[in-house]
Amino acid sequence: MSKVFRFKGGVHPRDRKELSRDKAIEPAPLPERLVVPLSQHIGAPCEPVVSQGDTVKKGQKIGEARGFVSVPVHAPTSGKVIKIDSFPHPLGKDLPAIEIEPDGLDTCADGAGGQEDFASLSPDELRAIIREKGIVGMGGATFPTHVKLSPPEGKPIDTLIINGAECEPYLTADYRLMLEEPEKVITGMRIMKTILGVERAFIAIEKNKPEAIDAVKGVLGPDSREATVVPLEVKYPQGAEKQLIKTIVNREVPPSGGLPMDVGVLVQNVGTAAAVDQAVRLGIPLIERVVTVTGEGIREPKNLRVRIGTPVGSLLEACGGFRETPGKLVLGGPMMGISQYTTEVPVIKGTSGVLVLPRSRVRLEEARTCIRCGTCVRVCPMNLLPNFIGTFASRGLFDQAERYYALDCIECGSCAFSCPAKIPLVHLIKYAKAEIMAKKRKK
Amino acid sequence: MNDQRFVVSASPHLRSEESVPRIMGSVLIALAPATVTGIYLFGFHALLIVLVCTGSAMAIEALTQKAMGKRVTITDWSAAVTGLLLALNLPPGSPWWMALIGAALAIVLGKQIYGGLGNNPFNPALVARVVLLISFPVQMTTWWKPTSSFFNVADAVTSATPLGAMKTHLMLKGSLEGFTMTGLIGPLVGNVGGCIGEVSVIALAIGGVYLLARRVISWHIPVAFLGTVLVAATVVWVINPHRFINPLFHLVTGGLFLGAVFMATDLVTSPVTGPGMILFGVGCGLITFIIRDFGGYPEGVSFSILLMNATTPLIDRLTAPKPFGWVESKET
Ligand code: SF4
Ligand code: SF4
Repeated sequence: MSKVFRFKGGVHPRDRKELSRDKAIEPAPLPERLVVPLSQHIGAPCEPVVSQGDTVKKGQKIGEARGFVSVPVHAPTSGKVIKIDSFPHPLGKDLPAIEIEPDGLDTCADGAGGQEDFASLSPDELRAIIREKGIVGMGGATFPTHVKLSPPEGKPIDTLIINGAECEPYLTADYRLMLEEPEKVITGMRIMKTILGVERAFIAIEKNKPEAIDAVKGVLGPDSREATVVPLEVKYPQGAEKQLIKTIVNREVPPSGGLPMDVGVLVQNVGTAAAVDQAVRLGIPLIERVVTVTGEGIREPKNLRVRIGTPVGSLLEACGGFRETPGKLVLGGPMMGISQYTTEVPVIKGTSGVLVLPRSRVRLEEARTCIRCGTCVRVCPMNLLPNFIGTFASRGLFDQAERYYALDCIECGSCAFSCPAKIPLVHLIKYAKAEIMAKKRKK
Repeated sequence: MNDQRFVVSASPHLRSEESVPRIMGSVLIALAPATVTGIYLFGFHALLIVLVCTGSAMAIEALTQKAMGKRVTITDWSAAVTGLLLALNLPPGSPWWMALIGAALAIVLGKQIYGGLGNNPFNPALVARVVLLISFPVQMTTWWKPTSSFFNVADAVTSATPLGAMKTHLMLKGSLEGFTMTGLIGPLVGNVGGCIGEVSVIALAIGGVYLLARRVISWHIPVAFLGTVLVAATVVWVINPHRFINPLFHLVTGGLFLGAVFMATDLVTSPVTGPGMILFGVGCGLITFIIRDFGGYPEGVSFSILLMNATTPLIDRLTAPKPFGWVESKET
């Protein structure tokens, strides 16, 4: 068993995974309409390749990628294109999307066939499939997977890490996926190892998910040299890329713009691995994903297999609706997710959870003055001084904020979570980052 | 379902239970053993001083905030902490009006003129104590013998503090020869002269352990502070035991424990990083040691902490950490 290292800082919020951890993945009902955003990843949004009134089939490409750091989007079911317009997007603004009315038949597009024997394909062919099938990182960052799998010359990758940490409280989608479909995750990992030509792989899972650890080990077999399953200490943000790399191979990604590939490592989420498997072996594009619908504000928390583009409202209905007056609707986990003002927002490729916190649990505490307790400093996994960056940001001193490494913040929320003065530190730091980046672009 | 109104706010959407009132409440709890011991040893008058200081600190904070048109924040308990700390730093026989003046000084001069909790550069209780020391030198250096009977105010006997006795002996004789050191047990339980809250090392240590366990303070400042005094005092003692007192005597007497555990660790006025705190504690320890062993005052804890408070912004700048990954990025 390999040695597990530690990263500095981190917090221990109550994980509340018991709400949904024992709920097997079930298919979400097909909604009356789907809204598929053309912008579901970092990089340029897609160009629609269908028009209003067109009929589309399941898996058919409806938006074409523009540029290398972009992937296409596909129709999640068969039906008719109602409208191509701006719609509410989980990022909090209205963005272009394609609205589809399902015909209920779920007719598949032709030519979907996959390649069971992936080893006969070259790395470039595999990357092309992964791009064509619209695969992006499903842990939330939605970075196009083929780009990550194309390290530049001079940055050799020697280690692949499959990230099953799922350290965000409440979420259990990755857990259920590893438990119920571990073969997909492992085949996806094999494909990615083939593309990268790496020998060494790890599957990282937090210790609080022993059943998932067993399921994955079961597929690998007892003496597998394909991958090492690493049980991780339960602490947030254990699943953050840089912290994960530190704990598993004890390498630190350099600050100020360093990437995992700078230390020879690539990290992929378990959901992404499963999607790669489906794309390559079966030719299925990324048109659905597992989403945990949970929170104390939901009558019946569930893990659902959801078509991309499904409005959140229909998922809430599938889970019995609200338990009491809802207070907050969050897409993603409670630590890094984005709160929404409408249930009309659709699930996108990076949506790992839909969280409803009841009004009674949403405490809107007024921020006090920083008492310089240093808690935020202690918990910051990036070793920053969140209190100072926050103060600089609130005074408009962005150069100072930059000098205190604001850009290295991974926005994990540990600082704001633990601040006794309830200062919205992450909000302030994000603001500082945006201002610093804007200034940089001007130069 | 679509017309539900949701709260939209920044992540994270979970918050820990920790809060400023809880932290201040923990400090009050941690001070309870020393407070109770002080009242037990010095009687009713000590209780009076504690009540005057704490009560008036809260009242004065409320009044000042009202007068300045600000939100009244006495429910964060920080004024109570300041008041109690001031009381514990006063001689048991302090007149009540002096305690009242002290509380006003602490809140107004030590805290509110800077903008209230979080903005004050100096520990408010110590600001008040030092101003009182300069203004009322007699009242501030009249010490009572601990008696442990509650109502015998009239019979209160004055006595020197162990540090004071040592200093006087040294000044008169030029050497410590013939000075009988207080046993170490007395200061441990509190059976010596001194300020209300500083005499019992054991009571203070119990509170300190509680604060450490509650993670309100970390070990850095107390350990660095006490350790530095111990090491420095040992060095000179080994060189010249006739001129310098046993280092353990330093450790248990005077306000060193109260200062190292409760005053130097004041969150607002001490550095925020571990290395910064160590630097701060070492500075406090060195200054205390120099004042005690070479200066004119028998005690140096308050001055050392205030002086180091002034360096906190500088220490924070010097000890700002490098982000995660920095060392490796330099090496490769
Ligand atoms: S400063 Fe950034 S990286 Fe550090 S704890 Fe806060 S959110 Fe996380
Ligand atoms: S945790 Fe909050 S109160 Fe404490 S130092 Fe950081 S910002 Fe200030």
